[in-house]
Amino acid sequence: MVSHDDVNYVAKLARLKVDSTELDRFAGQLSSILGHVDKISELDLADVTPTSHVIKLSNVFREDAPRPSVERDEALANGPDVERGAFKVPPILEA
Amino acid sequence: MKYEPVIGLEIHVELSTRSKMFCGCRVEFGGEPNTRTCPVCLAHPGALPVMNRQAIRYLTRIALALDCEIPGKSIFHRKNYFYPDLPKGYQISQYDQPFAIEGELHVGVEGEIFRVGIERVHQEEDTAKNIHAGESGRIAGSLYSLIDFNRSGTPLVEIVTKPEIHSPQAARAFLNKLKNTLLYLDVSDCNMEEGSLRCDANVSLKPVGAEELGVKTELKNMNSFKHLEKGLTQEIARQMALLEEGGKVVQQTVHFDVASGEISPLRSKEFAHDYRYFPEPDLVPLVASAEFVDEVRAEMPELPEARSRRYMETLGLPEYDAEVLTSSRNLADYYEESLGHYQDAKALSNWVMGELLGYLNATGQELSDLKVKPGQLAALLKMVDSGGINAKTGKEVFAEMCDTGKDPSAIVEAGGLAQISDQSELEALIDKAIADNPGQVEQYRGGKQQVVGFFVGQVMKATQGRANPQAVNELLRKKLSG
Repeated sequence: MVSHDDVNYVAKLARLKVDSTELDRFAGQLSSILGHVDKISELDLADVTPTSHVIKLSNVFREDAPRPSVERDEALANGPDVERGAFKVPPILEA
Repeated sequence: MKYEPVIGLEIHVELSTRSKMFCGCRVEFGGEPNTRTCPVCLAHPGALPVMNRQAIRYLTRIALALDCEIPGKSIFHRKNYFYPDLPKGYQISQYDQPFAIEGELHVGVEGEIFRVGIERVHQEEDTAKNIHAGESGRIAGSLYSLIDFNRSGTPLVEIVTKPEIHSPQAARAFLNKLKNTLLYLDVSDCNMEEGSLRCDANVSLKPVGAEELGVKTELKNMNSFKHLEKGLTQEIARQMALLEEGGKVVQQTVHFDVASGEISPLRSKEFAHDYRYFPEPDLVPLVASAEFVDEVRAEMPELPEARSRRYMETLGLPEYDAEVLTSSRNLADYYEESLGHYQDAKALSNWVMGELLGYLNATGQELSDLKVKPGQLAALLKMVDSGGINAKTGKEVFAEMCDTGKDPSAIVEAGGLAQISDQSELEALIDKAIADNPGQVEQYRGGKQQVVGFFVGQVMKATQGRANPQAVNELLRKKLSG
């Protein structure tokens, strides 16, 4: 069973804000997902190759040819804060 | 108790492809921030990555040069962590199915060759560049940071060694050899100052002879050979002191401050160890068929060992010369280009190893800064061989060529440095030297043969060193005995 601490930990990793009133609900949902994985684990899968991709394709390449990049103003347009042509972000380490 | 260091290196190499790993933005160093970005390397929703074929060829060259095993199939994983330089919130990398495994590189240190095992070689992408605003320019204590995504998505190859290096000197020698190999492969400019080649080191101590490894620390971003060697020396000393006091080494990432020489723990990225790797669903598997690998093998440039062997076998150079000349690709290329204009391989080698490297060492210049072109060096040696100037003058002319980049003939002409081989001109000078120094003539005739050197000196002085030494010698002996 997934605990409230687990939910808080995962939320922190994912930078999600989780209200304390939501902890029960998410703990329940995550437990049910993990329970489903446990169910699969009951099967004998020793001879089954893990599936990393479901389509049978490999080696999709592009040639090493530069293409025009987007205009800088356009690139920066979605940034909440900009300075000297760069995205401006808050201090990375807390003081 | 006696301890020995155990070092493993993790090297990141930016490939010199024209475009990025998964999109068509140009790969260059520097430039105005955020001028080489697109929806893929900025991680806009819905943008999809597509592998750069040339990057995979370069990756294959590296794997082959390091004698790696290339399993048929490798896949990409997402390495998840939060950091502003990582727009997607994950780096596309490789995890449990890397491109190449189990390689090796042989390295010479203090006259001995040792083998370093290569754990893995895999493909990933570089992150953006952070500029930290604040007094120190460092991340700690900065007020805010600016992010430049020009570098984001540059093809990056990670090379991980086995923990089989046992001294800071050996670590340096390994990195040097690896860099040289990568330069020969033409896959990266390996410019450490610009970050195209970066090195992290894991280091631990264990009692001599013990099987089990001690607790390790990680030294990040040793951005020059000197720093790598110094940082490791410092960290080994720190761990040694701790253990001898009965203390314990704590597993952590440490920072080596170049200015103070101090080692200090680095603040770790929060939960950084939990990367939640999972297969990258946006990229299909990478299959290196035998045909593909053979194709790349066929286009492999000649590596240092092969070149060195060729110098010995076909040019007849001694092993020492061959090793020195092939110690960097630039130097070997320079040597061979000169050899295209001048045939005496050994004489050329002597000049390159002696005068040319001597000049570079003395001035701290790189070969790429050298003003003397291979054709000019060859022209100088031809002048020496033909007797146009003597060897001693040749060295002076070479020094001037290094300073000015002028042709040797121009320097000789302007300085009136041409060698004097004219019989009558020399004879006149010799006659004068003999007439001026009767005492020394007596000594010579009394059997003191070495006095001839004194007379050669007199003639050289009179000609500012331009007299042909063989001709002077011959004439002197004839005249002194007669």
